[in-house]
Amino acid sequence: MPSKMQVEAINRGTVIDHIPAGQGLKIVNRLQLLDNQVRLTVGFNLSSGLDGQKDLIKVDDWLMTESEANELALLAPNATINIIEDYNVVSKFKMAIPKELIGVFKCPNSNCISNSEPIHSKLSVKVNQDRVQLKCHYCEKIFSKELFPEAY
Amino acid sequence: MNNPLYRKHILSISDLSRSDLELIIQTAAIIKHSEQSRFLENKVVASCFFEASTRTRLSFETAIHRQGGSVIGFADSGSTSLAKKGETLSDSIKMLSGYADAIIMRHPQEGAARLASEVSNKPVINGGDGSNQHPTQTLLDLFTIHECQQRLDNLTITFVGDLKYGRTVHSLVQALSHFHCHFNFVAPDALYLPEYLLEELEEKNVSFKRVEAFEAVIPETDIIYMTRVQKERFDPTEYMHIASQYVLNVSMLQQAKDSMRILHPLPRVDEIELSVDETPYAYYFEQAKNGVYARQALLALVLNETVEET
Repeated sequence: MPSKMQVEAINRGTVIDHIPAGQGLKIVNRLQLLDNQVRLTVGFNLSSGLDGQKDLIKVDDWLMTESEANELALLAPNATINIIEDYNVVSKFKMAIPKELIGVFKCPNSNCISNSEPIHSKLSVKVNQDRVQLKCHYCEKIFSKELFPEAY
Repeated sequence: MNNPLYRKHILSISDLSRSDLELIIQTAAIIKHSEQSRFLENKVVASCFFEASTRTRLSFETAIHRQGGSVIGFADSGSTSLAKKGETLSDSIKMLSGYADAIIMRHPQEGAARLASEVSNKPVINGGDGSNQHPTQTLLDLFTIHECQQRLDNLTITFVGDLKYGRTVHSLVQALSHFHCHFNFVAPDALYLPEYLLEELEEKNVSFKRVEAFEAVIPETDIIYMTRVQKERFDPTEYMHIASQYVLNVSMLQQAKDSMRILHPLPRVDEIELSVDETPYAYYFEQAKNGVYARQALLALVLNETVEET
């Protein structure tokens, strides 16, 4: 059986690959907040030898920076970012969990001042073996990553 | 006296180093034994209580008046136009920082003081932000422990009652972690210390143990820190059963060290029997009085580059 690309190639832009199946929409949501004019093509539940199934996002004419990629690391820690210029991959990197997330997730504490004032949330990230915890800069409460189902 | 606290925001006990804590305690002792201290002359301090807290507010305001400073502010934001006009907290604080030399604030939401510190060009002192921090309560507790034990290192401190919801206990445990103390924790399952704090103690290699029989650890204890078990957290029968196990009475003190002292952040309900007040171990009313000295010391250090003994 001839190999066939599951998603059409792009001339210039960013391809986010190896997103765990089911996480793609959350990343789309975040990308649209970063730039609401962004042109996206999304593939859900694509077959992947590596992961079984994966989601994949292509962003036309928009080059993601490493710090933007790192903000998404909690949603898809093993995803890879491919920067495309002239149909070629010119740069490829993995998301890395950042030390701090600013304005990415709401603090889960509904009584935290960051949820009622016009300010960005600020969460520091602590990785202890396989466990990821986030501490709010304002209310000082510590949360496990599972309490952050959605980006803003 | 070298003063690293000059113009510093005081938001969380975890922002203060061991030497900062020692400086505050030392200054509070000097102030307590001075005829008078006038470290706040010509200073205006804003006392902004976005929620009512009579004890904390009066203690702060006494500390300002006793040192010759002036107070502006409010006792409850409901009586001001700030909330009614829909102004953000950030804007209110920016405005106040143009009037006063320092801002003391209490607020019902966690993180309010830290946010205020980010927009204020004057020092902000946290008088309690929701369930988060109340650093000056911890400072007065440390000052009191030092005063009655003459040291903070190598003490055995037994915490009793509500160790889960009481921020007083959490902050004091964190602050005492600098001082090589041993902690005994006496509490029902439902009111035991939160997981994050236990993890923090383990990370710092702090010596602690959970104790079932309160009376059994009294002979080894230097400080008993009693707290109130709040009725509203239990159904009435459960409350009666639980509360009765965490009551301190005179007969339990027979084996106590002569130097042992009992502290309580107050208000007390019935967890310390009134007869204990008459024993030399009771120190909770002196502790409450020390709130003024600890706050005097903090304000003096935050508002003066040097604080010299008078």
